[in-house]
Amino acid sequence: MHFHLTAEQTAIQDAVRGTLADSWPLERIHAFAEGDGDFDPESWSALMALGLGGMLMPDSGMGLLEAALVCEMAGEAAAPGPIVGQLLAAAAVARSRNGEGDALASGEKVATLVHGGSAYAPSARAADLFLIVDRVSGVRLVHAADVAVEAVKAADRTRPMSKVQVPSGAGETLFAAADPMTARLADAALVLVAADALGGAQRVTDMSVAYAKEREQFGQPIGRFQGLKHQLAHMALDVEPARALLWYAAYAWDAELPDAPRAAAAAKAHLCEVYVRATRAAVAAHGGIGYTWEYGLHYWFRRAMADRAWLGSPAEHRARAAKLAGW
Amino acid sequence: MDLSYGEAAEAFRAEVRAFLSAHWPPRADLRGADLKAFVRAFRMLATEQGYLYRAIPKRYGGSEQPVDVVKAQVIREEFARARAPMEVGGNGMNMTVPTLLEQGTEEQKDLFIRKTVEGEYIWGQGYSEPGAGSDLASVRTKGELSADGSKWIINGQKIWTSQGMQATHMFMLVRTEPDAPKHDGITYLLIDLDQPGVTRRPIRQMTGEGGEHTFCEFFFDNAETPVSWQVGERGKGWYVSRTTLKHERASIGSADGLGKQFAKLVELAKQVGRIDDPLVRDQLGRIEGFVLSHRYSSYRIFSCAAAGEDPGPIALMMKLLLTEIGHDMALLAQELIGEHAFLEPPGAGGRGHRGPRGPEKWLDQIMGSLGNSIAGGASNIQRNIVGERGLGLPRDLAMSGER
Repeated sequence: MHFHLTAEQTAIQDAVRGTLADSWPLERIHAFAEGDGDFDPESWSALMALGLGGMLMPDSGMGLLEAALVCEMAGEAAAPGPIVGQLLAAAAVARSRNGEGDALASGEKVATLVHGGSAYAPSARAADLFLIVDRVSGVRLVHAADVAVEAVKAADRTRPMSKVQVPSGAGETLFAAADPMTARLADAALVLVAADALGGAQRVTDMSVAYAKEREQFGQPIGRFQGLKHQLAHMALDVEPARALLWYAAYAWDAELPDAPRAAAAAKAHLCEVYVRATRAAVAAHGGIGYTWEYGLHYWFRRAMADRAWLGSPAEHRARAAKLAGW
Repeated sequence: MDLSYGEAAEAFRAEVRAFLSAHWPPRADLRGADLKAFVRAFRMLATEQGYLYRAIPKRYGGSEQPVDVVKAQVIREEFARARAPMEVGGNGMNMTVPTLLEQGTEEQKDLFIRKTVEGEYIWGQGYSEPGAGSDLASVRTKGELSADGSKWIINGQKIWTSQGMQATHMFMLVRTEPDAPKHDGITYLLIDLDQPGVTRRPIRQMTGEGGEHTFCEFFFDNAETPVSWQVGERGKGWYVSRTTLKHERASIGSADGLGKQFAKLVELAKQVGRIDDPLVRDQLGRIEGFVLSHRYSSYRIFSCAAAGEDPGPIALMMKLLLTEIGHDMALLAQELIGEHAFLEPPGAGGRGHRGPRGPEKWLDQIMGSLGNSIAGGASNIQRNIVGERGLGLPRDLAMSGER
């Protein structure tokens, strides 16, 4: 019985956290957000240099749990870049006959994820490859030349979405709709976005707690007042238990347990709502400073809204989970 | 991650299962005293095997096993599967015995542990008073030494004692040094409740529950206990009680119970014909997100305990999380029972056989969920604990002298 992180898993997470913290101090996030790009080659190279691009390939010795730990760190840092699409594209390609695996594992080629039925994808203007994951029509890999990408003013400034149009029939079908791998990849995507949400929710909770210890009013650190203390306790109570739900969803996918699809749906629905609640509570806990552009809380707030909407809303996934449970 | 318990544990499981199939259940025609004797003999056998009373030394009737949380879990699972009785429950096993093992005198251990383990002594907790709830260290029940210095004379009132009508003994916090700072004037005493100076009375709760199996209040009017039944030093009772509470908190394992209760909520939705209602499905799904988070967090805490690692703040959150989920379930249950809410279920809040009950039986859970936010550390105190010990926030000034 082992249901907490191993030393190796913690080491992976620490390495990614350190790299992303170096790449994305707040002033760099501000600069990226004020620019009009949707990708940052320098930080992407630094992340890919950790050798994690192929972590979801079958022979990597790692799995969705480790991939989720990486995406959690991306969420914590509010890091730009299509990490979810990159990891999933490498996973999909390695399990098919497509030959792009090495270029994806190394990060030399950039892949983004297009959720079936969605008109948007992150880092689409920088992507070489588009992984279309659609429970209805299957999994396709499409070259950038075949995709119409239109820049839009994105609400999520750290992971800007563009409008994408993929002609039907374009690219190579990696898995047909009925292939179990299609559902597996769609489930994996849910878990990875849930991981982004966990990282972000933890980050804004930590920011709020740190601020409450340092900010003084009435001659006291405000965290001493029970009104705020209890709000912060509830943020932590929302976030920390959800960590184990995410771990279970990733573990169930790796172990191919029968309830893996349901756990993925439950984790996506639950974690994305936790993230939205946490970012709203964080702004409230900070007061005026939290409402400023400069302080930066809004980057996670906006990302929380995007995570919630991406790949389907919590209500949609709860409805799926209910059906999968046989209710 | 791996949720299997491993080969050694599975071999152990087979051994426990073989033991249980040889010794449990009793013959169907056993009744009354015969059944009691059978259960008693079964517990002794299971203790000889090392399955029960694992933390209790052999000289006091335990099996004195090395700490092994995986084995302990396997034993719990298999006994539950066979519906076999485990340790005698209650405050005695959870609180008195661990406290005596750590801080009792040899005489106290000899006097009390074996009889508690065997179920002969039933312990009530004498902590809360009408004026001392969350601010427990403000207890006012008074202890004074008798003229010859051999006995404590106790006067005052205690409240919210579970199993109060059955209790034979009580462990209590008594103010013995009225002039000392509040935490330093308390002594931890054990007392025999069968004496003229002790009066007990059941508290009728909002559920309607009263009678034999409810909380009690106790009145002490020159009640007596020997000085040799004092645990720890005079004036140090507060600190003695802290170890006891630690033991109590470490003994909670409620994920299966919560999962079963949630399954019953889904059943209720089916029973009342609402399971296809999208609003009901969505609410069930939302609650299940928390139920699963609670379950997997308990796996996480268990896994850390098995590896001897600190799980961190999550362990401080489990009681409050369980309470909050209970409230959410109560609200959905209220929606689902519809006009059954007009009915009082038979034996509301009580225990034992109550006959067939319809959806109105959820009144027990609906009211019980409120009890959970009070008993064993009220929810606002839990929020303080999460905020202060979990997140490192500064203590409230009014409580900054607390320990």
